[in-house]
Parts: sequence; C-alpha cells; structure tokens
Amino acid sequence: MKTPPLLSAVPALTSRHIAALAVLLALACALPFLIGNYRVFQLTLALVYAIALLGLNMLTGYNGQISLGHGAFYAIGAYTAAILMDHNVLPYWATIPVAGIVCLVIGFLFGLPALRLEGLYLALATFALGVAMPQILKHNSIEPWTGGSQGIVITKPDPPAWLPVSQDQWLYMFTLAWTVLLFFAAWNLLRGRIGRALVAIRDQPVAAQAMGVNTALYKSLAFGVSALYTGIAGALGAIAVQFVAPDSFSFFLSITFVVGVVVGGLASISGALYGALFIVFIPNIADQISKAAPWAIYGVFLIGLMYLMPSGVAGAIRIARRRWFDRERPSAAQRAASPPARDVQV
Amino acid sequence: MDLLLHQALSGLATGGIYASVALALVMIYQATHLVNFAQGEMAMFSTYLAWSLMQAGVPYWGAFAITVVAAFVGGVLIERVVVQPVENSPILSLVIVFIGLLVIFNSVAGWIFTYTIKPFPSPFPEQPLFGNRYLSSHDMGSTAVTLVVLSLVFVFFRFTPLGLAMRAAAQNPVSSRLVGVRVGWMLALGWGLASAIGAVAGIMVAPVVFLEPNMMGGILLYAFAGALLGGIDSPGGAVLGGFIVGVLENVIGVYVGSELKLTMALVIIVGVLVVRPAGLFGKVHVARV
Amino acid sequence: MTGALLQVRGLRAQYGSTKVLHGVDFEVGQGGITTILGANGAGKTTLLRAMCGMVTTQGEIAFGGTRIDGLATESIVRLGVAHVPDGRGTFLDFTVEENLRIGAYIRRDRDGVQADYERVYAYFPRLKERRRQQAGTLSGGEQQMLAVSRALMLKPKLLLLDEPSFGLAPLIVQELFDIFRTINRRDGVSMLLVEQNAALALRLADHAYLLETGRVVISGTADAIRGDESVRRSYLGY
Repeated sequence: MKTPPLLSAVPALTSRHIAALAVLLALACALPFLIGNYRVFQLTLALVYAIALLGLNMLTGYNGQISLGHGAFYAIGAYTAAILMDHNVLPYWATIPVAGIVCLVIGFLFGLPALRLEGLYLALATFALGVAMPQILKHNSIEPWTGGSQGIVITKPDPPAWLPVSQDQWLYMFTLAWTVLLFFAAWNLLRGRIGRALVAIRDQPVAAQAMGVNTALYKSLAFGVSALYTGIAGALGAIAVQFVAPDSFSFFLSITFVVGVVVGGLASISGALYGALFIVFIPNIADQISKAAPWAIYGVFLIGLMYLMPSGVAGAIRIARRRWFDRERPSAAQRAASPPARDVQV
Repeated sequence: MDLLLHQALSGLATGGIYASVALALVMIYQATHLVNFAQGEMAMFSTYLAWSLMQAGVPYWGAFAITVVAAFVGGVLIERVVVQPVENSPILSLVIVFIGLLVIFNSVAGWIFTYTIKPFPSPFPEQPLFGNRYLSSHDMGSTAVTLVVLSLVFVFFRFTPLGLAMRAAAQNPVSSRLVGVRVGWMLALGWGLASAIGAVAGIMVAPVVFLEPNMMGGILLYAFAGALLGGIDSPGGAVLGGFIVGVLENVIGVYVGSELKLTMALVIIVGVLVVRPAGLFGKVHVARV
Repeated sequence: MTGALLQVRGLRAQYGSTKVLHGVDFEVGQGGITTILGANGAGKTTLLRAMCGMVTTQGEIAFGGTRIDGLATESIVRLGVAHVPDGRGTFLDFTVEENLRIGAYIRRDRDGVQADYERVYAYFPRLKERRRQQAGTLSGGEQQMLAVSRALMLKPKLLLLDEPSFGLAPLIVQELFDIFRTINRRDGVSMLLVEQNAALALRLADHAYLLETGRVVISGTADAIRGDESVRRSYLGY
C-alpha cells in the first residue's frame, strides 16, 4: 500500500507556479532598466525588507514565536557589514555572508533563554532587545568601531567593469540575486521535515514534543535562522543606503517589520514580498494623501486592511483563489455534500 | 545614599503612573487576552483635551473631570466601533489594529496641537509639602491621586454588581451570557474604564515630562514591563509591578546614567521573567499533557 | 399538550456546515420534568444549547407562548431560562459566593435574592461551608451543586440540565436528583433534563424523548417507556 504524501508546511510548486515565477523573475530583471534611479533604489529596499520579513515570518508565522525586536538583528547585520567595509577588512560582497553568520549565532544564543518565555513575555523580551540596540550602538566603549551617534558612511560599490550598468542597477541586481537565493532556501527548508516540525511546535507544542521533536533545539534554531535572514537583509540594506546610524534602527523599525509580516500574510513566503511592498510604498502614498498627518492615513490603511484581510494579502489571495476554483466546479463538491445530514459527534 | 533615597522615593511617584497605565493594560488584557498598544496614545490625546479645556478657561479640576468622562466615552466608542467588528480575527491582526490606532492618535495629536513641547499645570503647590527634601508636592500629590483612583477601581470591581459582571465577562464569557450578562457591553465598559484611568495618568505625568505627542511612549513601555513583571493576569500584581519598575528605573539611573537606564531596566525585567515566566504574582499555568 | 411551557417544532441545528439536529419536536409542560435520552453523539447537548440560542437553528422554539428562536442568549435567560451546561460552566476564579451572586445578576428583588441564598444553602449545606472558597478548588460533585445553585439564583421558570450525573459518585447523584425532585415539586420549576443515565432520568421525569443521531425515535411518558421492556433493552441498554 502506498503511503499517502506527507503534508507540507508550504504549498507544492505546480508547473503553473513555476511558469508564473519565471515570468516574475524576468520582469524583476528587466525592471531596473525601465525606471529611474530613485525607483530602482526603492525596489532594492523592498527586496531587502522582503528578506527581513521572510526571516521574521519563519519565526513568527511558521514557528509561532513573536518577536518585536527584529530591528536589532537588522542593525547587527548592517553594522557588521559597515564596520568590515569601513576598516577595509572585506569587500562589500563578502560582508553579506559574514553578517549572516554573526546574526545566526547571536540569534541562536538569544533563542536559548527565550525558550522559557511565551507569547506576551517573549514579545516584551524581544521588544527590550529592539529598544536596547540603538542605545548599545551609541555607547562610548565601542565608538571607535561604530562611530557612535554619527554612525558610519559607506562608499557606494561600483558594478564590475565588464557590466555596463549604473551603481543603483548593479546594487539592485546584487540584492535580487541574494533574494532569489534566500527565498529558494527558505522554501526548501520549510517544505520538508523542518517546516513540519516548526509548524507542529507552533500549533501543538506538547504533542510535538511527545512525538520526539526536539522542541528546544528547533525553537532556538528558528531564532537563529530568522536572525540570519534579517541580518543579511540589514547588510544589504546598509550597502543600499550607504549609511548606518543608531537611530535608523529604533524600535520603530521592529514594529514596521511586524506590520509587514501581518499585512503580507503570516506563514506565507509570498507574504514577505507583499509586506515589503507595503512598508516601502504605502508611507509615500499616505504622504501624498495628507501632508499634515501622513501617519494617520497609514494607520487608517492598517486598520482597513485588517478589516478586509485579517490573514494578510497572501491569505486574501488564497481565499479568493479557492472561491474562484470552487465556482468552476460546483457540481462535484455539491454532489459530495448532498446526503441526508451527516452524523457527527456532539 | 541621599541621592539613592531621593531617586527611590521619586521613583514611587513615577511608579504610580506606571501602575495606573499597567492596570489599564491588564483590564483590557483580562477581558480580551490582548494588550492595547494604543493605551498610551489615547491617554496622551486625553491629556491634550484637558489642556485645551484649560486654555479655554476651564478651571483645573473641572477640566480634569470633563476629560476623564470624555475619555471614558471615547474608550467605549472605540471598542464598539473599531474593535468589536474585528474581534474574532487572529491575535496578530488585532495587534496591527491597535498599532494603527496608536499611529492615528499620535499623528492627529501632532497635527492638531503641533509637536512643540508645552508646559502643563500641576494642581499642587510649588513648595515641597512638610518641608521635605525628597519629594516635590506634585510627586506626592500625583501619587495620592493615583492611589485614590486605584482604590476606587478596586472597590468597584470587588463590591459592585457591575464590577462583578465585568470580571465574569472577562473570565468566562459563555457562562456570563448564561446568567444574563451582556458580554459585549462589558467589554466596552472595560475599554472605557481603561481609557479613563489612562487619562488620569496622562494628566498627572504631563507636568513632569511636558506635554508633547510622544510623551507616553516610554511610559507605556514601562507600564507594559510592570504589568508583565507583576503577572499579566493579576491586576494587583500589575499595580505592584508598576511601582517596582518606577523605583527600579530611577535607582538604576543613579548607577548607570540616564542613556542606558531604559535598557538596563528592561534587561533586569526580562531576567526576572526568564527565572519566573509568569511574573511575580501571575498564575503559573500548569499544562496538563 | 397545549399550554406547555416550552414547545419545540421542527428544530434543526448545525455547527457551521455540520448538521446535528434534523427536525426535532418536543415539549415541556408547566411544572413538568421532561428528559431527553440518547447515546453520545445523538445531539442532546446541542439541543439544550439551541434552547439558549448558543447554536444556529431553524424551526420554532416557543417559551411561555413567546418565540425565542433567534434571540440572543442573554435575552432568553432574562425570560426565565437557566442552563446548567455540561462541564458546569463554573466561574473558577470566583468564590462560591461570587458564583451565586453573579447567578442573581438580572434580579432586582434584593429580599428575594437573600431568601434564595438561604434556600440554596439549605439544599446544599456543603456549599455554605465553602462559600468563601475559590470555586476552582471544589470537587466535581460540589461544582455540580454550585452550578445548579447558580442556575436557581436566577429564579428560573425552566431549568435546563446537561448530564448532571456525569462524573459524580452514585451517592451524590442520588442526593442531587432528590433535590431536583424537591425543586420541581416545591418551587414549581419546570425542567428539561438531558441524561445518559436512562434509569435515573426516567425515575425523575414525567415525559421522555429518545434522540438518535439528531432525530426523536421514541417519545412518551416516562412510565410507559420504563415499562416497555423491548424499548429498554434495544435503546436504553437495561
């Protein structure tokens, strides 16, 4: 007897999906040559945030551990890259994996005591981390490296000599390459045992443990990997913005990440993209609607979105797609449901 | 030593503010299992209302009373209009709604009242009472006001039928309906009360930190920490936690300097929580496997 | 029976898309005790919840002549229907006293409420001893007594009881059912009793309905059903 296919934490890729992704990728590659430099910069930033949001989503959406302090990991990644470049230790492209590894270790170490904290308490602990980071970064003792409140200015990297593109376009392509790599890695990770383990821990931690899942290890690893992603995003972001300073990484950034993850859709890889687009472009739109109180408009957007799409953009798309497919083939479903009322345990 | 005592005592005064806001947070948490992140901004907005009334010539305590009532009504309205329609959404979606409210209140306050820092009057005399060297009259007065408010709330919940009904609705909405309690309205009342308590806290703290749209941010954080330290499902614990955080903040500030005191206070609190995850007085939930 | 206190016609109930009751008719007479019997999964608890508006229903439910289907639970309760749910629904963080106080929430007659405290403590002296104790620390039997008392504090015309014998020692169950009889005879409270323990229920009730996967398969007076050996053997297991 054939064993039934195991459920996956992420939907399988059908050929339709792959075709759509190929089109999307082609479009993404073509885009920087069709729009102005500032827009290219914004898109680069959107990609950066998408990576960060994917990291946070792996922790919060798939593993159920809330973090209100991921801005801290973003900051650590950014500063790692900046310091390495500023002191001429590594070229820009090599700083990315280093930033990732540094954050992986720190994230894992943070995840260990965090094991004891649940829900709100974990939220506070991570929030404390997020609030503390700017203050730590400003501290006198590490000023020779961090540049204190002034921060560090980074020189904009040049594209390789053989490629006839502008700096902004090159940075975009560089970031896009990392984005594709990291998204693919995440998809691969989540669709197998690890993804199932993470979701099991999120939904039924006791049962998961009873079935032999090493909850403590997975939860700490989830923190580590999540920090890795966000740290890489921070490094890429630092290079894109060419500047790091403590006040750019306030708790506000952490909250923005949470907003992005929920708006995009929890436990959804595509949600990271939708969320990133939201947090990069909606503030601009809000600003255009009302110069006087743009954040009030942003707040209205947030509330409105939660009314209309409580499971985020990705969730709404999922629901819409299901409804559309059900409409296409109603007879089969109806026929299956027709018999005199089913008996059920009450 | 003298400095330490001074800081500890004035820490009690700020602790009272944290305790009030912590109580407001716990009240809403008990009923909904949600933390209202907009609590601070709502309190700030109410304080601006009081300020406007006073600018228009209304005497201090008159403005105080009107503001508290208005805050109550506002809280009820926000629950009925903004929160109730989405109350069955996933928790994080509701967190985003609260963040939206936070941002709206902050932004609108900045728009209407500008971001310039304004002085806010204190009803208490300039000279320290009883000639003491440690506490200003405002510190003592605001602590007294805080204690009065907290006592009234305690009496309300423990001894009145409505208070009993609100506690019942928070604890067990299904059984509450079975005895005729209108659970939806109990929730709205809870929001109203929390909002009114927040308004009192805002009015008491504004003379110290000066009135500006971002004045409640740090206070909300300390209140949140205090509520968790005391145990998020224990109103008494939350109040005590608020006072502890107030004293802790000031005492740490003596040793560590004011830039890092926020960080250190939070680190200590988190440390305590790692050792005792349910907080000092919270119920330890034993998970039955 | 015309003029019955509770009349139900064509009741259908469902949880989401899962249908549980498929057209049930029954009645509870003024001052009477009706019992609904059936195995697990028959729909008995759903039936009681439907009486209180806790479940989506179609069909007619009339209480004291007024239609109550579609009303909110709080409104139905205020008409004089008290429900002792399965699981007892105790306010675990309240004391025994607070549980009783909240039971009387909708009443306006202070003296009547005071008298009812006395009456309830007379029925269940163990509760009086423990009145300042936290309800969550009471034993199963005591919590059941508390749940019944809380319902009585409402001064109901109709008492809905969902498997009151569940998980209780036989001696306590006997005590409880004797008190049910007293409440019915002395205070005139009508009852709708859902029970798995058929023998017990048939001794207390005057009318009985047997529910099987959401439909009434047998109905009649309790005496008749008790006397019919074939029904007892096939459906009630004794």
